Amino acid sequence: MSETMSAREARGPHEVGGAEARPERRFEAVIGIECHVELKTRSKMFCGCPNEFGGEPNTNVCPVCLALPGALPVANTAAIEHMIRAGLAFNAEIPAFSKFDRKNYFYPDMPKDYQISQYDMPLTQGGVVRYWLDDGTMKECRLTRIHLEEDTGKSTHAGSGDGRIAGSTYSLVDFNRAGVPLMECVSEPEIHSAEEAVGYLESLRRTLQQIGVSDVKMEEGSLRCDANVSIRPVGSTELGTKTEIKNMNSFRSVHRAIESEIERQIAVIESGGRIVQETRGWDEVKGVTHSMRSKEQAHDYRYFPDPDLVPLEVSRAVVERIRAELPELPPARFVRYTTQYGLDVKQATQLIDNVALALYFDEVVNASGNAKQSTNFVLGDLSRLANETQTPVHASPVTPAHLAELIALVEGKTINSKIAKDLIERMWRGEGSPKAIVEREGLAQTSDPAAIEKFVDDVLAANEKSVGEYKAGKTNVIGFLVGQVMKASKGKADPQLVNALMKQKLES
Amino acid sequence: MELFERSAAEIARDVQGGTVSAADVTEAVLRHVHAVDGEIGAYLTVLDDVARAAATRVDERIKAGEKLPLAGVPLSVKDNMCLTGTRTTAGSKILEQWVAPYTATAVARMLDAGAIPIGKSNMDEFAMGSSCENSALGVTKNPYDLTRVPGGSTGGSAAAVAAFEAAIGMGSDTGGSIREPGAFCNLVGFKPTYGRVSRYGLIAFASSLDQIGPLTRTVEDAALAYEAMSGWDPMDSTSIDREVEPVSSHLRGDLSGLKIGIVKEFDTRALGDEIDELYDKAYHDLEALGAELIDVSLPTADYGLATYYLIAPAECSSNLARFDGVRYGLRVEGADVHDMYEKTRAAGFGPEVKRRILIGTYALSSGYYDAYYVRAQKARTLIADDFRKAFAQCDLIACPAASSPAFQFNAKSDPYSMYLMDYYTIPMSLAGLPALSVPCGWITPPGGDRPMPMGLQLTSPLFTEKLLLGAAHAYERATQHASKHKPAFDAVSGR
Repeated sequence: MSETMSAREARGPHEVGGAEARPERRFEAVIGIECHVELKTRSKMFCGCPNEFGGEPNTNVCPVCLALPGALPVANTAAIEHMIRAGLAFNAEIPAFSKFDRKNYFYPDMPKDYQISQYDMPLTQGGVVRYWLDDGTMKECRLTRIHLEEDTGKSTHAGSGDGRIAGSTYSLVDFNRAGVPLMECVSEPEIHSAEEAVGYLESLRRTLQQIGVSDVKMEEGSLRCDANVSIRPVGSTELGTKTEIKNMNSFRSVHRAIESEIERQIAVIESGGRIVQETRGWDEVKGVTHSMRSKEQAHDYRYFPDPDLVPLEVSRAVVERIRAELPELPPARFVRYTTQYGLDVKQATQLIDNVALALYFDEVVNASGNAKQSTNFVLGDLSRLANETQTPVHASPVTPAHLAELIALVEGKTINSKIAKDLIERMWRGEGSPKAIVEREGLAQTSDPAAIEKFVDDVLAANEKSVGEYKAGKTNVIGFLVGQVMKASKGKADPQLVNALMKQKLES
Repeated sequence: MELFERSAAEIARDVQGGTVSAADVTEAVLRHVHAVDGEIGAYLTVLDDVARAAATRVDERIKAGEKLPLAGVPLSVKDNMCLTGTRTTAGSKILEQWVAPYTATAVARMLDAGAIPIGKSNMDEFAMGSSCENSALGVTKNPYDLTRVPGGSTGGSAAAVAAFEAAIGMGSDTGGSIREPGAFCNLVGFKPTYGRVSRYGLIAFASSLDQIGPLTRTVEDAALAYEAMSGWDPMDSTSIDREVEPVSSHLRGDLSGLKIGIVKEFDTRALGDEIDELYDKAYHDLEALGAELIDVSLPTADYGLATYYLIAPAECSSNLARFDGVRYGLRVEGADVHDMYEKTRAAGFGPEVKRRILIGTYALSSGYYDAYYVRAQKARTLIADDFRKAFAQCDLIACPAASSPAFQFNAKSDPYSMYLMDYYTIPMSLAGLPALSVPCGWITPPGGDRPMPMGLQLTSPLFTEKLLLGAAHAYERATQHASKHKPAFDAVSGR
């Protein structure tokens, strides 16, 4: 823990407790987050069993992951590469040597009664998670480390009626998950609000998902997180006593649980009490945390190097290969979209959360050179069509080159926006190049003043009543009249020109 | 000579040559086992049906033209090695009824080479002991004197091979568990370099030390067994991916040109005149075979025992955690899961196993880890360094395999005097070196009425099994100690 660093980085007076600022409060929250992420690999961490979610209980098991007498672990290289990938994504140090250690404690769903983990030489050291808040502010939270370990099985407690361990008469254990590669990612205590915690987690989730190391699904348990929460008077550099919050099953729970715990701690301190170091469980229904166990019962895990596994040598060549394979990462994309392309936070986030769409978008911007129009089309019409037809944009017949062509037609005022909207529907249906359609069907916008004047004169002549109303002061009938011109021109007339000419005629 | 008395090399040659079938050998051995093993107690489980089925298969494979280096060779498998469908107990009540659903790599390789699994042999519980007296499941007697122990922990396989109940015994050696029973039972007990033989399917005692190896009546048989069982295994990360040189066809007849180190610190005068003279003679015999004897020093070897009794228990305290009553083996029900753990392990483990789990748990505990485990690892490095320096001056090192011949039952009642039995074998284990015990003479112990065998230990640098077995073969051929006395079980067998 680098307590002094986090103190130095404290972001000045911070109103905790949500949007309604309560100026009488003078506490700052200090939060560290510990995540467990199941890695996406074909086989488990130390055996050849499939690494799959679900399945009939105890079907994806073998002597190794059941810890039968005599079975030995063999480390999964793909999982080690995922660790390096994650480390590099967060700019962590990848030491040349690493090793596995045994963490010894008894638990019925842990087959060996020790967990193969990493103690003092994890695969990655340090690093930083960059994230953003809803208002677009970029933040950073440093990582202590990311290490590799194995998941446990799952216990189901029976006989009590409610599935809780208390009162249950027996338990069933499913070892399908036992031995699934698990990454533990520990942050420094540099997070100061529930909002930041969620921002941090969102960025972590996006990054891990986009580099392909995990599905990161909280609902399937491939992402699980605990939060260490403490408070201290604003301005203080010492850390308060922390509690560890568990059982948060969604980002919304994380937000609510942290808010609730901060409130609780403030209330305890303000009423003259003291925070007890303990583990607290989040109760989703009641919206409060409750005490689970105090730290006095802390285990002595008796870590020691696993003699069944040889020390890991991480070759620089492998590190460099993996580094070269990394895609553009979400924080960098966010900065590029918001600062270079002028997207708002919501638009940027929407694209970042849909990598295929973002890649498509980047191609459109590159081809068209028009980020604003690209954004409008990609996040507007195309996303709507994608929703309606349940076809991802990048898999639709609309190629980035065709969309760029359409944008060029709009930019050059060859077509107006109404025609553009029609065209995009037709392109979605597979009609190909918008330029070709426009040429073939003569859809180019009419900007010839003489032709437009003819349309205007005809409409004025045919709508004497409206002209009268306009002159009597009901000027908004101009919209109707312009509409009639557009209709008569089959939409091709330049609406701005029509408008100007119509106004001129009516007021002359 | 009875069929079952033949060496592995002879049986394999005859079965391969078609002069006798694997089925005939197997029947002869099984008959003999049923005649003598009630008294010897080498086996915890005799695998009549499995053996007969294996023999049939070997005969078919020979007929089909396959060449099997261990064709029809009767094999005793220490009961800490898994063999599909057979009870595999590790000599413990906690696994008394456990049937292995898979086969250990080393065992599978032996069977693939044509060996016939006659039975699963008795052992000190979880390989912790030097006399086989720590078995929770049976008593094994030394075939050369039924009032004496066969040594341990591989006592069952040693007794089985000595009593002709098998030609090859598979053992595991953590601190001397092949070499000491080899010495006690007039056998060649061979522990290859750590990593040479896969540990997959060997029930772990101390992972960084455990190594599988053979117990045989001749060096040639040890070489054949070693060739069959060794080699890299993708299922064991600590197994070494390095070619295993042919050994059995390259056994030497003399020791000319070899320098053999005699360890200053292993002064045999402390073992009494008779034993001192015996080893003195053994060293001179090496010289007579052409070796140059030189003095070498292993200054830290004396710390071997203390080092070993921290590292091995530390690893065992973790390795044996899995015997918790949850998934397999013994379960004694309790009020809750913790109560169940405690009752199961209290009932399932014997006193020596509990002692080592406690020592190891203590050594790894926060606050003691650096003082015990870390220091022991440093000492281990120093001991390995001492051997490296010694091997800069010599090719092999010769020393006793054990400080006495086989002792009587209940003679070593305090744990420490039992631990001392491994004084000469532990340093090589800590250094991962290949080492073997070869018969080097006979001593009639005080109060005993029969001569008992003694073993000479030879050790050599990492991965020099060929050199080691070759030297042992030359010594064995020249001295012929093993054949000077017969086992004492004739009365039992009625022969």
